[in-house]
Amino acid sequence: MTRSNGQDAGSTFAGSETGFLRFVDVKKSYDRKTLVVNGFSLDVAKGEFITLLGPSGSGKTTILMLLAGFESVTGGDIEIDGVPVTRIAPYDRNIGVVFQNYALFPHMTISENLAYPLRARKMGRQAIASLVEEYLSLVELDGFANRFPAQLSGGQRQRVALARALIFEPALVLMDEPLGALDKKLREQMQFEITRLHQKLGFTVIYVTHDQTEALTMSDRIAVFNDGVVQQCASPDELYERPRNAFVANFIGENNMLPGEVVETVGAKVRVSVANGKEITARLADVSSAGAPCRISVRPEKMFIKTDRTGYDNEIPAKFIVQHYVGDFIRYYFELDDGTEVTVKLLNDLDAPKLGQGEIAGLMWQASDCYAFNTD
Amino acid sequence: MAEFPAYYNWKHKAGIYMLRFWAAAALLFLIMPILVMVPLSFNSQPYFTFTEGMLALDAKAYSLRWYQKILDSPNWILAIKNSFIIGFFATIVATVLGTVAAVGLASAHMPFKRIITALLLSPMIVPLIIIAAGMFFFYTRFGLVGTLPGLVIAHAALGIPFVVVTVTATLVGFDRALYNAGLSLGTNPVRTFFEVVFPLIRPGVISGALFAFVTSFDEVVLVLFLAGPDQRTIPRQMFSGLREQINPTILAVATLLILLSV
Repeated sequence: MTRSNGQDAGSTFAGSETGFLRFVDVKKSYDRKTLVVNGFSLDVAKGEFITLLGPSGSGKTTILMLLAGFESVTGGDIEIDGVPVTRIAPYDRNIGVVFQNYALFPHMTISENLAYPLRARKMGRQAIASLVEEYLSLVELDGFANRFPAQLSGGQRQRVALARALIFEPALVLMDEPLGALDKKLREQMQFEITRLHQKLGFTVIYVTHDQTEALTMSDRIAVFNDGVVQQCASPDELYERPRNAFVANFIGENNMLPGEVVETVGAKVRVSVANGKEITARLADVSSAGAPCRISVRPEKMFIKTDRTGYDNEIPAKFIVQHYVGDFIRYYFELDDGTEVTVKLLNDLDAPKLGQGEIAGLMWQASDCYAFNTD
Repeated sequence: MAEFPAYYNWKHKAGIYMLRFWAAAALLFLIMPILVMVPLSFNSQPYFTFTEGMLALDAKAYSLRWYQKILDSPNWILAIKNSFIIGFFATIVATVLGTVAAVGLASAHMPFKRIITALLLSPMIVPLIIIAAGMFFFYTRFGLVGTLPGLVIAHAALGIPFVVVTVTATLVGFDRALYNAGLSLGTNPVRTFFEVVFPLIRPGVISGALFAFVTSFDEVVLVLFLAGPDQRTIPRQMFSGLREQINPTILAVATLLILLSV
């Protein structure tokens, strides 16, 4: 696998073929001044589920537009099966697209919507009818064939959009925040649905979202976007456990950020002084020189409140402020000597400590669970 | 009549009645000149006034002779034919070009959008007499003066702004993703236009076409400048009829036109 910008080793995906879809240093500018996408490189294997995750305006939707051919690249190249897409017209690319607002044709019935790509491919009437029926039942919408999109609920429209993007059996399917308009429960149901179809039909997916939970649950790999650049591209567990920089650490999940100063680096570890001179050990992410300011990130669920357990690499005292009872877990809020607020998340079991307000407790965590990042 | 809310005092009620009265009066004022022509066109005398017999509702005072006169006059028949031919072709040209222009102007990549829009709409804003004079000099170079194609082109130019405006208005609510969806599903831009875009902007196209037709059908200034005797249209024939021999034939034609537009 070609290693390129922001791409980590150790993808968990065991695709048979690599290089099915290649982005090579893709750049895009709408106004010839600012680059919306600034050097995007990625290798996608056949059948892989790749999510482009990032805040709005980070350039992730633009990648889809370039891939589908609705916009043209300013620099670099995109290849599908070794063919540069710039040489293929959008309507010949054979890419299924699920649009943000579904883009169902309002003047056509559901079955006409589904038949549209098949008619474009000059299929016979019989073949079209049977495929439409097959895909309607695939997305569990049998009996809706003669309704119009306006007569369906959001979740049903979503299913139609999905079926329409899949019915002509494209090898590549793009999804642009397809679940953004649905409520939480439907969204989870549709996540499951999309994963099921992906596993059943084996197409390659490029999925765009700003919802990290969606990204983590569905993807083989996630490319985290910010400012038109991939910050990190890795499997969900790797992104969560081993973020490469402070942006990724903060964007994926929750994180405590402790300001500190590098004391020394020892191999892959780094000694850092935090909270008025208490030394702790962290994993080295992207800081190097001694004396440099840095930020230590620790996830709330990786921190523990000192009881009689031992064997943790780091321990610092903190003042207990308040606790929030969430149900399956409890959130404890602490304050360090330098005023930094820290959240600790513990399972709501018999071990969960009872603390009085203002009580000083020790917070403990493993060096392998925290990272030292550059401050920028 | 709607019930008045209980809190209305006599002032409120008087206000409402005044509003109704003035609204009705304004409508009457606007429509009266048109309505008065209808009975006059059945006048048996060659006058533009209500004769005593007409006021007495005497059947002998009414006749269809002016309608008969239209049919008997080759000039009127030619004018009616020309009006429909020119109107028909000018509408087709204006609708096709105007729709294409509006769709192009709605594209995000269109450069000089404002200037092009202003140019396209200029026939609606520039005084007709100036356009007519300009076209006359321009047409003489190409031998288009006194020809039907010349009038079709001239009327199409007048109709285009209406089509551009109405189609642009329907395109405002058009989701561009639908067009992209068509492309991604495998139809080329032309087919995507006819299968996806056109059915959704059809109301705008149709009302634009109606405006274009009516514009051509009513138009007299350009015709006066550009048409020869063989290209006379209904408005042109009325215009010369008013100057030469005033008789209710014009009223009969007008009544027929009112019927047509209703």
